[in-house]
Amino acid sequence: MAASQRPERKYYLPVGLPAPAPHIDGLGKEFWEATRRHELLVQFCGACENYQWGPEFLCHHCHDWDSLSYRRVEPRGRIYSWERNWYPAHPALQTGVPYLVVLVELPGAGNVRMVGNLLGDPEQEVVIGTDVEAVFEDHDDHDPQFTLVQWRVV
Amino acid sequence: MTTSERTIRGKVAIAGIGETTYYKRGQATESEFELVLQAVQRAAEDAGIDVREIDGFASYSNDRNTPERIATAFGIPEYRFSNMFWGGGGGGGSGAVANAAAAIAAGYAETVVVYRGLAQGQFGRFGQGPRVNTVAGDGAFTVPYGVMSPAQTFAMRVRRFMHDHGAKQEALRAIALASYRHAQSNPRAVMYGRALDEEAYDHSRWIVEPFHLFDCCMENDGGAALVLVAAERARDLKQKAAYILAAAQGSAHRQGAAAHNAPDYATSNFKTLAPRLYAMAGVGPDDVDVLQSYENFTGGVMMSIVEHGFCAPGEVNDFFTLENFSSPKGRLPLNTSGGNLAECYMHGLELITEAVRQVRGSSTCQVPDVEISMVTSGPMVQPVSNLILATERG
Ligand SMILES: [Zn+2]
Repeated sequence: MAASQRPERKYYLPVGLPAPAPHIDGLGKEFWEATRRHELLVQFCGACENYQWGPEFLCHHCHDWDSLSYRRVEPRGRIYSWERNWYPAHPALQTGVPYLVVLVELPGAGNVRMVGNLLGDPEQEVVIGTDVEAVFEDHDDHDPQFTLVQWRVV
Repeated sequence: MTTSERTIRGKVAIAGIGETTYYKRGQATESEFELVLQAVQRAAEDAGIDVREIDGFASYSNDRNTPERIATAFGIPEYRFSNMFWGGGGGGGSGAVANAAAAIAAGYAETVVVYRGLAQGQFGRFGQGPRVNTVAGDGAFTVPYGVMSPAQTFAMRVRRFMHDHGAKQEALRAIALASYRHAQSNPRAVMYGRALDEEAYDHSRWIVEPFHLFDCCMENDGGAALVLVAAERARDLKQKAAYILAAAQGSAHRQGAAAHNAPDYATSNFKTLAPRLYAMAGVGPDDVDVLQSYENFTGGVMMSIVEHGFCAPGEVNDFFTLENFSSPKGRLPLNTSGGNLAECYMHGLELITEAVRQVRGSSTCQVPDVEISMVTSGPMVQPVSNLILATERG
């Protein structure tokens, strides 16, 4: 399906997919709260000055618990890998295929990676190494409200 | 005692194998638990023992059918060992065999059954995402973006490997074609009578690039089981023994890091296991006569084969051919029953029954004069496991 034929949608994917939530033990809460403010956070250890993602309770490099905090990072990265999905693995995606997922590494944050959708034509050519920037996609009409971190080619 | 002295090498054998009819998903007439009972009973019969002699149980992937229920159903007088291998997917297939073998070597039990039952029509399907309002924890970083099924979870590891090493789609295709070719000789196979050629593969629909439909495992109903005993005892039982020469399990540095942050990303997760497996067995990749390599997706097989040293990453396009993977004359006969792609997605336990057949000389795609028969279980998951079976105790 060409981009021009895609149904008009408020969000990149159709509504109805689960919303993100922190781990039941609280891990990841700061990250998701920050996306509501359109800020991108990853963990940074002040003791050994390493970035860490996904979230953990302690620094996996030096095992410091107290020096680990969330640091705001540049919402820019480059495509590390990608996939184009054609099979709707969830009922909400019946009208949502094809869609693109990218794995983005953040050179400004120790090359930690994030998964998101690549905005634009889902049948566009995707090239590993391409520079991308984050786009915060607010889902204010969902209960609970949430914001996804999407990506577009710079 | 040094680590090298603490080995399972040659101490235990697989003496019996049992399988149910293999069905397409949702078509089993029996319940999942009945399928398990059938498989266990047949494995005992195949070994020539009374099923009540079983005194140990090992499985993986959170099998729903508990040892207590099985033992009760068969009236087993007592069992002395029960064990579940952590982790999802097929990563625990070889690992469950290894745990059963360890129990026998350690003296916990005498006759241990490894089993797996699956009726995806009666329970949740693996290929579908969760139907919930919110997803917490690691899944929060993927599911809302439409990354929820196994195919979606693994495709980007394979894409990155293909990018790094210039591997082509045709390499993946060769794996699928070999499985389907072998299944055409195997009446047990769900895809028996349904051949696949290059054109059909090329024109098949994408599930998620780089996986066509035929790069993905099936979803099936069935049961499979293996009976393990000490090596000395196996010699006197009904079947030719398949001796366990080596087994390994585990996971490399932070492979399970959330949001696809495994430092070594484009991997099947076998890099740390393969050297341990070969060292315990005292063999190398050149000694392996036939390989059963777990195919959740062909891309995982590709990386497994490379990481077990059968070819270098840069040689994939030359090495991965239907000819090389075909029994009996290929350089590395692969998935000779049809495996997860074309025999039955028995969560990879059907790969181990086939590895046993290759040792016995009773495969429907028998490789001549097999001495070393190898299995790799569960690429790209955490943990993974692998196994080397042999005709001699070593
Ligand atoms: Zn640190």
